[in-house]
Amino acid sequence: MIRDITIGQYYPVKSRIHSLDPRVKIICTLLFLVSLFVQSSFLGYVIATLFLGMVIYMSKVPLKYIVKGLKPIVILLMFTVVMNLFLTRGGETLLHFWIFTITEEGVRTSVFMALRLMYLVAGSSLMTFTTSPNGLMDGMEKLLNPLNKLHLPVHEVAMIMSIALRFIPILLEETDKIMKAQIARGADFESGNIIQRAKAMIPILVPLFVSAFRRANDLAMAMEARCYHGGEGRTRMKPLKYNGRDKAAYLITILYAAGVFAVGKFVPFQLWIF
Amino acid sequence: MNMIHAEKLVYEYDKRDEEGNVIGTNRAIDGVDIDVPQGSFVAVLGHNGSGKSTLAKHMNAILIPTGGTVWVDGQDTKDPENLWDVRKSAGMVFQNPDNQIIGTVVEEDVGFGPENIGIPTDEIWERVGESLRLVGMTEYRASSPNKLSGGQKQRVAIAGVIAMEPKCIVLDEPTAMLDPNGRKEVLQAVARLRKEKNVTVILITHYMEEVIDADQVFVMDSGHIVMHGTPREIFGRADELKSYRMDVPQVTMLAEELRKRGLDIPKGILRREELVEALCRLR
Repeated sequence: MIRDITIGQYYPVKSRIHSLDPRVKIICTLLFLVSLFVQSSFLGYVIATLFLGMVIYMSKVPLKYIVKGLKPIVILLMFTVVMNLFLTRGGETLLHFWIFTITEEGVRTSVFMALRLMYLVAGSSLMTFTTSPNGLMDGMEKLLNPLNKLHLPVHEVAMIMSIALRFIPILLEETDKIMKAQIARGADFESGNIIQRAKAMIPILVPLFVSAFRRANDLAMAMEARCYHGGEGRTRMKPLKYNGRDKAAYLITILYAAGVFAVGKFVPFQLWIF
Repeated sequence: MNMIHAEKLVYEYDKRDEEGNVIGTNRAIDGVDIDVPQGSFVAVLGHNGSGKSTLAKHMNAILIPTGGTVWVDGQDTKDPENLWDVRKSAGMVFQNPDNQIIGTVVEEDVGFGPENIGIPTDEIWERVGESLRLVGMTEYRASSPNKLSGGQKQRVAIAGVIAMEPKCIVLDEPTAMLDPNGRKEVLQAVARLRKEKNVTVILITHYMEEVIDADQVFVMDSGHIVMHGTPREIFGRADELKSYRMDVPQVTMLAEELRKRGLDIPKGILRREELVEALCRLR
């Protein structure tokens, strides 16, 4: 079950999106996310869908894989939709029964909200699918470099994040193993109320933490043995350099964002209530 | 010249009770002298808790001796000034393959060491390519380490050390967590390294079969070096080895038993072929 979580995992294929500079992908993802939230017009979402679809197609990440990444937010999504549907008031009433009222505005907001959330997760997971965690770390580090002047440990934080990403699958596997070992000893994780179940997790968490600390210790030793001593004097195997394609990607994303914004503002197109 | 030279090496650590109060000291290493000539293959054998891993960690300044001195390529490991030079000349591969891979892509992990010591980008790529070729992992260079088998991960770890071009590699029980196939892969990679790069190899292990190609074998027990010699000499003293809770390889054992029963077989047989030859000569 926990293995199904695909957010934050790298999907190693060669594509035009994969070979872009990580900084481009980070900034363009941010732009895309902002573009989702500053507008709420039907046409704007059409453009966003086309844009996202194009990027997914170019990235060669299977759509199935991205949809799988949406699974963990299904509950949040349902909750948001239901809340917005029943609680937003405005426009004509479409449906009314007992204490529930569904208005035009409610339908509109809930649909847009659902789209926003899905595109948000799809967009940001697309970034991690197409960027190796090391690339992501390099990109972040470079983008946040100005903060170094404020004596913030940018390199260290980036390193910590990339190591955390590297260890997610290992710790998941370990959780699985410990869980099976405890089940074999008669532990029961399925029955009881929520408090009993939470208590049943303790025999998993304690060994997991112990082992995580042990791993951290080993890893620190291995890093030191390979002469790691912070960001100073470090060279790069894959230094970040913008090339023509990166600039083109920036241009396309900026055009897209401007397009979405302009359409939402100036094109009074409406399809039914949207 | 000696790659590694240790004199009267002592390492102590504090023994603590459950509250963390110091209740005494433990001597993990007690007066060890060791010489590793440049380009040689040295094996250190020992039972669990014999101090062999502690000794290995002194060879690239992860541990600093409590007493005595270790010189790596002529540099005293106690001097903090030498720290990075020592670690550059002596690379180390650890037991658990999962806990020493930092990169999320094989080639990035191999490049981690060279990045740390400030090698220019183009040269990093050359070194990474060459190291992966040496351990036979070129076709996996773009994969995630999580998808590899134990033996493959360990070979990546070795490549990561090779890419720093150390003069000497210390392998601290690199095969302890691997299956027989993985063990074979790793040992083959090490053999190839020795042949093509002529690096000094120090192999810490408790598998007897892995040391038969070594130039010298040291046997450790409770912090002391108790036996020292060529593999043939060491395995010729099977009874002594047993007293240190070590077993000789099966072939050696069989030859020894046959010899005891009065067959004319030389002492210290290491390989199956040798035994076959010795037996054929009997007729």
